[in-house]
Amino acid sequence: MSTATEATTLRSQLRGTKKGRYADPLFKSLMTTAGVFVLFLLGVMIVRTTVDAWPVFQKEGFFGFLFGMQWTAQASNETTNPDLMLGTYGAWPFIYGTFVTAFIALVIALPLAIATALYITQAAPRRIRNSLSYWVETLAAVPSIVYGLWGLLFFVPVVLMPLFAWLESTFLGDTFLFEGPVRNVSYLAAGTVLAIMILPIMTAIIREVFSAAPQDELNAAYGMGATRWEVIRQVLLPRSTSGIVGGTMLGMGRAIGETIAVAMLVGGSQRMGYSLFFGGDSMAAHIVSTFADAYPETIIGLMAIGVALFLFTFFINILARALVWRVGRLGGDSAV
Amino acid sequence: MSNPANTTERPSVTMSTRELASGTAEVSEEIAPSNVVFSLDDVSVYYNKFRAVRNVSFEIAKHEITALIGPSGCGKSTLLRSLNRMNDLIPGARVEGTVLYHGENIYDEEIDPVEVRRRIGMVFQKPNPFPKSIYDNVAFGPKLDGVKGSELEGMVEEALKGAALWDEVKNKLKESGHSLSGGQQQRLCIARAIAVQPEVVLMDEPCSALDPIATTRIEDLMQQIKNDYTIVIVTHNMQQAARISDRTAFFVTEVNNESDTRTGTLVEYGKTSQIFVDPHDKRTEDYISGRFG
Amino acid sequence: MTTTLTDIPAAPKSLKISDKRAQRRKFQNSLASIALSSAMVVACIPLILILFVVIQRGIAAFNLDLFIYEQRTFRATEEAGFAHGFVGTALIMALAIPMAVLVGISTAVYLVEYGRGTKLATAVRFVTDVMTGVPSIFVGLVVYAVVVRGTGLGLGFGTLAGAIAIALVMLPIVVRSCEEMLKLVPDSIRNASAGLGSRKWQTTTRVVLPASAPGLATGSMLAVARGAGETAPLLLTALGSLFTVTELVGRAQASLPQLIYQHARQPFPPGLERAWGGALALVIITLLFTILARTLGTKYNKIRAGM
Repeated sequence: MSTATEATTLRSQLRGTKKGRYADPLFKSLMTTAGVFVLFLLGVMIVRTTVDAWPVFQKEGFFGFLFGMQWTAQASNETTNPDLMLGTYGAWPFIYGTFVTAFIALVIALPLAIATALYITQAAPRRIRNSLSYWVETLAAVPSIVYGLWGLLFFVPVVLMPLFAWLESTFLGDTFLFEGPVRNVSYLAAGTVLAIMILPIMTAIIREVFSAAPQDELNAAYGMGATRWEVIRQVLLPRSTSGIVGGTMLGMGRAIGETIAVAMLVGGSQRMGYSLFFGGDSMAAHIVSTFADAYPETIIGLMAIGVALFLFTFFINILARALVWRVGRLGGDSAV
Repeated sequence: MSNPANTTERPSVTMSTRELASGTAEVSEEIAPSNVVFSLDDVSVYYNKFRAVRNVSFEIAKHEITALIGPSGCGKSTLLRSLNRMNDLIPGARVEGTVLYHGENIYDEEIDPVEVRRRIGMVFQKPNPFPKSIYDNVAFGPKLDGVKGSELEGMVEEALKGAALWDEVKNKLKESGHSLSGGQQQRLCIARAIAVQPEVVLMDEPCSALDPIATTRIEDLMQQIKNDYTIVIVTHNMQQAARISDRTAFFVTEVNNESDTRTGTLVEYGKTSQIFVDPHDKRTEDYISGRFG
Repeated sequence: MTTTLTDIPAAPKSLKISDKRAQRRKFQNSLASIALSSAMVVACIPLILILFVVIQRGIAAFNLDLFIYEQRTFRATEEAGFAHGFVGTALIMALAIPMAVLVGISTAVYLVEYGRGTKLATAVRFVTDVMTGVPSIFVGLVVYAVVVRGTGLGLGFGTLAGAIAIALVMLPIVVRSCEEMLKLVPDSIRNASAGLGSRKWQTTTRVVLPASAPGLATGSMLAVARGAGETAPLLLTALGSLFTVTELVGRAQASLPQLIYQHARQPFPPGLERAWGGALALVIITLLFTILARTLGTKYNKIRAGM
């Protein structure tokens, strides 16, 4: 009736209730907490491992640790005082093993990944295009332990050994890289299986890169009478270079961090050798294969390897993402 | 008394003579004070530094259909969204001037925008039903208020009847809202909007994505529901404005050549019959006779 | 063809050259096509081979025994299996999935609904990207240092420590894929909800999350597939066991991947056979989750096309 009371009611209604007003900030802070928690997790990861590994870096010096050739773990319980630690911790043999296996994997996987991605995006009949990439990417989900088992008990002894023996018998066997004896577990065996493991993800990333190329540009080249090969070589590949390099780096990051399959195939010695047939060890593989029997002092050494491994993958991934960034963030699927 | 804006200082008269930088906004046919739902005074809307709409002043009457027309980019949709604070959702959007809703400035600090939107509903350009069943789409608003059971069912049925959709969907309420045709989807969105029993329904080009037959049905529907709701509609279709609205506000785009920005503003406002038959402003006449825009 | 060409003065010579060139180009092109398709075949061979060999060698041990008996000796041919490993993996996943999915989806909601354009969101996104690339063995070391060891929480090797490690491996995958899925929900239905007077949290929980539910399930299941097959971090956190363990804390826990690892590196054929059987089971589990996830993902894309 009275406009004044009506107005006050409306006003109080439009103000809403306290409860209603606080629900939103509450929900928002909950979700934000989750985000901040993720930041916190990475912080804990870095700080905790670095602090734990510190005595080793103190004892050997950071570069002494990275480039030291000698790794002699000792069975003491010392975990804090570097002066009382008994072992020598030079991680170079493992770092070398890590990069040599990753490099072998890339040398094999990269051309295959590019060619496969080209085939899927440019040459495959439209009908099978989707199912091809579907299956290649689905097989990326096969766990690493299965690759390890398969490599150790089937692929290396049945397929690779005859091939390696043949390689060693050719003139290549006289070079230091392929110098015998050929062993069942070696850098080359681990690297080859690694190549198979990173192939699906690299193909997926490079395929994304190729799909991101504007079809108009390709059509323009076709319209001038270019063959498919010419379009690929002169239009598609040049504009995809940074994406391919980025995809390669991501594959490399994956190969460096790969643990269990490499641990089963790389050999497991604490030395290094220049022959690809040498059975050495990688950083990740060394951590997992010695952890169970390690004394506290050795675990500190393994922590230090972990920190170095984290740093390597960190920088490689950053670089990779910076390069693939143009293609946009990679979808959830390729994250697997 | 407690509320100065609602008293004698009603600005509607002064507005008709207000000089605007671009000229005079013609405002004719005053609305009786008890029938005023919205009263806009010198409203400008900014997106960050860019001014999308400037100096708009007019009043919107209860239980009428008010059409906002004008060439594209004239800020009519922006203005519409400022009537229920939907612009708040766009980062950087800012409203200057006053928008009084029954005398309450809805941009007052104390006002909860969510409560504003409960009373002033909105139907969008593209039908946007939720990916839920037809029933759950309409029940969405009442459920927010905690309505349950048979009362909820009653409200859903009433809203669907109100939107003239009940007969078509009563046997498939559990089916997805997306299974309907475009026109049905838009009526579903109208049903969803009126299910919360708002006083005002804002419609942002509700027929632009629809075919002519579906459009006719929506227009009929608007005529039917205007006795219960106040409707403000943005349309780029002048025939539509002429067919359905009681009052029409005509906006133009002013191009600033120096900064290359476009700002919309109100040129003329009045009874639809007058605007289309006897426009007072040259620009309105040009636009409705198809000479620009 | 040649006759018509000679009819045109001056042209023949150049056209003949281009004729030869055209042939060369055509040849190059077919060579490239052959190279590309054979690369595809070469790439597919190992992938098909791995499935084939795992099935062929695993099928013999893939029987009821594998699921109902614990391991006895590597040499045992009867009444020996990986039951304790299945129980362990199930318990670890049962703990890890809620942790990773709850934090992961909340983080994704933060990134899409609240953090757009803020520095904090950029930092969170960056950190998730970094975590995606972190080797799982490093995660194992961290959980060992923080959760297992006395200088940390001191919970000891066991189910919970293993679950935390697996959750950390899953987390970035959940965040990233769920973020992508939430981004696909069109703003138009967020606006529709706001226009009806819902608050943002209501819009999020009643419209955005239900609308993207199949997508979120896809992201989570891809992460589950990855987590279930992880071996290295479990060796550092759950350690392993010869028996069925149901305690969540205080006793080292077995898992399927750990048993495969252990059995693969011993010489007795019955044990090796069980390793293959376990591998077959693991492949079935992970591929099932992956295929299910992708099927849901396709369905989500279809629903989304209508939104």
